[in-house]
Formats: sequence, C-alpha cells, structure tokens
Amino acid sequence: MIEQVFRGGRLYWSWITFLVILIAIGGAAYYHQYQTGLTITGMSKEVSWGLYIANFTFLVGVAASAVIVVLPAYIYDYKKFKNITTIGEFLGASAVIMCILFIMVDLGRPDRVLNLVLNPRPNSVMFYDFIVLFGYLLLNIVIAWNVLSAKEKGKGYSTWLKILIFIAIPWAISIHTVTAFLYGGLVGRAFWNTALMAPRFLAGAFASGPSLLILSSLVLRKFTRFDPGLDAIRKIAEIATFAMITNLFMIGVELFTTYYAQHPLHLEHFNYLYFGIEEGGHVYNRLVPWIWTSLALGIIAVLMLIYPKVRREPRYLATASVLIFTSVWIDKGMGLIVPGYIPSQVGTVVEYWPSLPESLIALGVWAVGILVFTLLAKVGIAVILETSEPEPEEPEIVEEEAVEVEEEVVEEEKEYVCELCDAVFKNLDECCSHAEKEHKISKAACDMACAEVEE
Amino acid sequence: MITRRRFLIMAGSTFAGIALTASQAEKVLATFQSPVIKDKERIRWGMVIDLKKFNELPEWKRKEVYDICKKVHNVPVFPNPKDRVEWIWPIKFEQAFPEQHHEFLEEVVEDLEIPVLCNHCNNPPCTKVCPTNATWKREDGIVMMDYHRCIGCRYCMAACPYGMRSFNWRDPRPYIKELNPDFPTRTKGVVEKCTLCVERLEKGMQPACVKASEGTFIFGDLNSLESEVSKILREHYAIRRKPDLGTEPKLYYLI
Repeated sequence: MIEQVFRGGRLYWSWITFLVILIAIGGAAYYHQYQTGLTITGMSKEVSWGLYIANFTFLVGVAASAVIVVLPAYIYDYKKFKNITTIGEFLGASAVIMCILFIMVDLGRPDRVLNLVLNPRPNSVMFYDFIVLFGYLLLNIVIAWNVLSAKEKGKGYSTWLKILIFIAIPWAISIHTVTAFLYGGLVGRAFWNTALMAPRFLAGAFASGPSLLILSSLVLRKFTRFDPGLDAIRKIAEIATFAMITNLFMIGVELFTTYYAQHPLHLEHFNYLYFGIEEGGHVYNRLVPWIWTSLALGIIAVLMLIYPKVRREPRYLATASVLIFTSVWIDKGMGLIVPGYIPSQVGTVVEYWPSLPESLIALGVWAVGILVFTLLAKVGIAVILETSEPEPEEPEIVEEEAVEVEEEVVEEEKEYVCELCDAVFKNLDECCSHAEKEHKISKAACDMACAEVEE
Repeated sequence: MITRRRFLIMAGSTFAGIALTASQAEKVLATFQSPVIKDKERIRWGMVIDLKKFNELPEWKRKEVYDICKKVHNVPVFPNPKDRVEWIWPIKFEQAFPEQHHEFLEEVVEDLEIPVLCNHCNNPPCTKVCPTNATWKREDGIVMMDYHRCIGCRYCMAACPYGMRSFNWRDPRPYIKELNPDFPTRTKGVVEKCTLCVERLEKGMQPACVKASEGTFIFGDLNSLESEVSKILREHYAIRRKPDLGTEPKLYYLI
C-alpha cells in the first residue's frame, strides 16, 4: 500500500514540497527555541500557556469528533458513510499527531518527557491526557490500516477489529473530556473552573471536527477521482449544524451566569475577553476583535446551515464549514486559554501575543499534520479506488489525469433512483421534480424519496 | 497425555516459580517502605508575617529580606520582566488580598508592602496536577520541587491560585549576580519556587528571609502548642490569602 505515497502528479508534488518547506521553517524556529529557551515566545510569568496549548486544545476536539461521526458506519454498516469513514480516521490520526507535537514544543525540557512514564502521578489529569492521546493514536492507526487491508483483500472485518472500533468510540469522547478536566479542575482559575467545560468542549468539537471532515471531503472530491459521497457529507453537515447550535447555546449560558451573577472573579476574565480591561489609563483588549469575530462567524454559519437548501449545496456548505472551523478555532483556542491568565493571580494585567518564531513553530506543526493527512489519504484513496472499481489502467495514471483535468470533472452527476417506485433518473433535480409530481413530496425534502444509485 | 515425568517437572517448576516471586515481591515491597522518622511526621512548618512591624523597618532592611533569598538560592535577575523568576517579592495590599479591599480602607493598611512567597498550602492544588511527581508535599508540610524531574509543562503554574511559581524561560546561570556554590543552580525549562529553605532547616537554621527580617517574620511548628507561631496565631487575628479556595495556606499575615 505504502508505495502509493511516491506516485503522484505535479500538483501532488508541489503540495508536498510546499508543506515540507513550512515544516523546515518551523523546524528551524524550533531549533532556535530549543537552544534559547521558551523566552523567544510571547509567554510570560503571568501568561504561562499560549498559542501551543491553545492549538493543542482545539485539535483534541478535531481528533475526537472526526472519528466519532464516522465510526457508526463500521458497526451498523451504514452504506452512505462507506467512503468517508476512512477520511475521518485519517483526520483523527493527523490531529492526534499535531496534539502530541504541540505538547512537545511547549515543554521546557522535552528531553525529560519519558518522566511521564517513569515517574507518573496517577492523580494528575495531564498524565491521563498523555495516556489517552497516545492510546487514541494507536487505535486510529491500527483500525484504519486494518480496515484498508480488509478492503484490499475484499474481506470483512475480523471480530477483534470490531471490538477495537467499539473501544474507539468512548475513547474518542474521553480524550476530549479529559482535556476539558485539565482546565475545569483548577480551583485557582475562575475562568476555567466550571462544570460546563467538558460539555462545551464536546459541542465545539462536534462542530469543528465534522466541518473539517466536510471540507477535506469536498477538496478530495474536487481534486481527485475519489468521491466520499455527497449524501454522507450532507448527513455530517447536519451533525455539525446541531453541534454548533449547542456550542453557541452553551457560550450564552456561560455569559448569562457570569454577567447576571456578577461574581468579580469570573467577571474580570470575561470582561477582558469580550470588552477589554482598563488599567492605569491603558486599555488591554487584544482578544476583543477576535472573540467577536468568532461569535459572528458562528452565528452566520448556523443561520446558513439551518436552511436545508443551503446545506445541500456544496459551495455554501464549504463556506459555512470554513466559518465554523475558524469560529471554534478562536473560541476553543486562544479565546479559552489566554483569558484564563488575564488578569493574573494578583490582579495585574499582562497581555499575551504569540511571537514570530512561536507562530512559525505552530505553523510547522500544522504543516506536519496536513502532510500526514495528505500521505494517508493518498494511500487510502488509491486502495479504495483500486478495490471499488477495478480498472485496466494503473491507478496512479488515472489520478494524474484527474489532477490535470480537475476543473472539468467537478460536477460528475450520479444517477438517482426514486425509492418509492424504483424509477431511475439522470440527476437529483429530475428525481426531485418527479417525487414532487408523483408522490407529493416537496423538493426540500426530496431526499426522503431519492437516493444515489449504488453500484 | 501428561506423563508422570512431565507432571513432576511441571509441579517442581511451579513451586520454584512461586517461591521466587514471593521473595521478589518482598524485596519490592521493602523498597516502598520509607524509613520511619519519628518526630518529622508531627512537625508542620508555618510562618507568620507581622505586616505593621515589617513595614516599620527601613527600606534597605526590607530589601535585604528579598535580596538574601536571591543570594542564598541563586535566583537569577533577568532584564526582561516577562522572564522573571521570583521566590519572595513585595506586592500591594489589594493585590494580595483583593477580597479584603474596599473604598474606606485605612490608608496605612492600603499602603502596606506585602511580602509574598509560596504559601506551602496544606491542600496544595499545584502538586496534584504535576504529571511527573516533580513537586510534592513533604510530611512536614513543605511543598517541594525536584528541578531534575520537572519536564517544564507549567501545569503547576496554571494551578497555583497565588502565582507563586516561576518558570526558567531562558538559561538562568548568566543572570545570577553572586553564585552561591552551596546551592544548586537550575537549567532553562524548569519551574522553581520557595522551598522554605529546607536545606537550612535540615541544619537546624531558620529560613534566610526569617533571619533577615529582624523578627517580623516568625517561623515555627504549627503543630506544637509551645511554638511562637502557634502562640501568636492563638492570640492575634491573622489572615491568609484567598482562604475561600480551600487550599489552607500555612503562611499567615498579621495586620
């Protein structure tokens, strides 16, 4: 399977080169940080966690949710999710790799990281976080690999693989819950010390993970011959919509509790985040435009997605997914970590902003994740394409052609069948108008009658 | 089929195995039992700072209290304030006791200089979050740090409600004014804080800041009825920082 990594067209190789350059820059910046110390970041005695931990927190959510929405496909054999499951798992694995890297670059003494295994303290939440993250990475790799092998050999899943899939579902929820406990369990940080932390994390995760899944599926659909299935993408769009609504609701709950009760210790952090704090004639408000952008993007995305027609159209769906992803990235990243530290434990205000090397390192880690995803997807897609439609030509040639003529094959229409009378139509629109005429089913709800023809 | 010969071999090796594991287990258990130190368990170190008396000291005397700690423990002084490492330092009254602050507060109290250091909480939130046991509460109540085990994750800094922990954002050694060869220096990337001068306590001496404070810091065993600290605390009204968090600081302030 692995040989697929080295076969690809011009677009594939320029993409890989671009990512490798980003990784090299990030690596150089990290070497500088390793030599000089974390002083090169924007972090300080007051704000001792920053961009790295913010990205880590956000990505744990992506890792957990990208998998959880697709795993039922294996267990219930939900056909429409057949192709998208592999993508979800690859996203999960790449996100976990990024999480681990973000923790590693944040450590002051990465050379001592084995102390976590040699001298663990069982009542530290961080110890459990490391365990569940590494376990999750292993689970993802083992499951995805064996599912692909099973596909390649044309066999069903073995029992132990099904058991692993069952284990992976609560495990995915646990990595996010444990990460939320990391913050929620601190008595001294009023901003984080709330029972709503874990549910809020999960809601945000179930919105951002699926939107990334939708985005990558749409991109793969456009640039390769692989089709994850528009129906599956739409189903996942529903999940993202409801999760984002829940997420916004919980932000509202948090704001009400804080601003109605007016407990000063809670209030000051929220004031800093949403309005800025004035101290000594200076207004500290670096995060204010960001958090309002996040809120606005989230609300716009929800307004777009609750309208089914918009949700069905790939173009709008992609836009809404970008909005949700950005909104949650701000809200569950910097918007969650930094205000926990401002004002400080003695009431002083010291702001935080990532430095250039710090941002380059973070960018490098993202590039590693995207590279891992690209390579995994390359292998996975080749295997799926090979097994689903045996072709006389070599698959890599097909893919090269597909890349070169990408623009022309974008709208590859599928045949649709009316499930009520088994009539076959050339595209969805024809099927929908038939359903409206013959079965009195409105066009907005025509997916009740029309389904893709399965080969 | 299990022959007689085979059965005997199996039975013999099982017994040998059990005997071997038993002796191993005993050895392992023995390493877990720490040597019993009789009096240490009963000691619970604590400190009282008499703020009025301390503020009556001349400024250079007060500064000496902070400086002696830097000198004894090789605490670096960085040019950039965001990198700073501190074990004991002064803050304002409203910063130390925000819940005690109100608009009619006496000016004398409002202007007090409050020396802050690790509170050595009885229920420390920082130690339970450390993933590698690099910080822990000793039997005598001192919250200790192992600079050689710390991986620099800074979770304890997030957990401390008082902001008493510092991280070595860069190599501290070039920024130590006068090197004290009797105390270890730290590397970049580890957390450090006040250890109540355990190295001095072991020699039967008082912590360095107490010694330099001209009697305005009172140090002793909170568990002993005869000690000066417990006497003062019984007779005077003392306050602690953020008592509502349930961390039970062992550092008390007299106003």
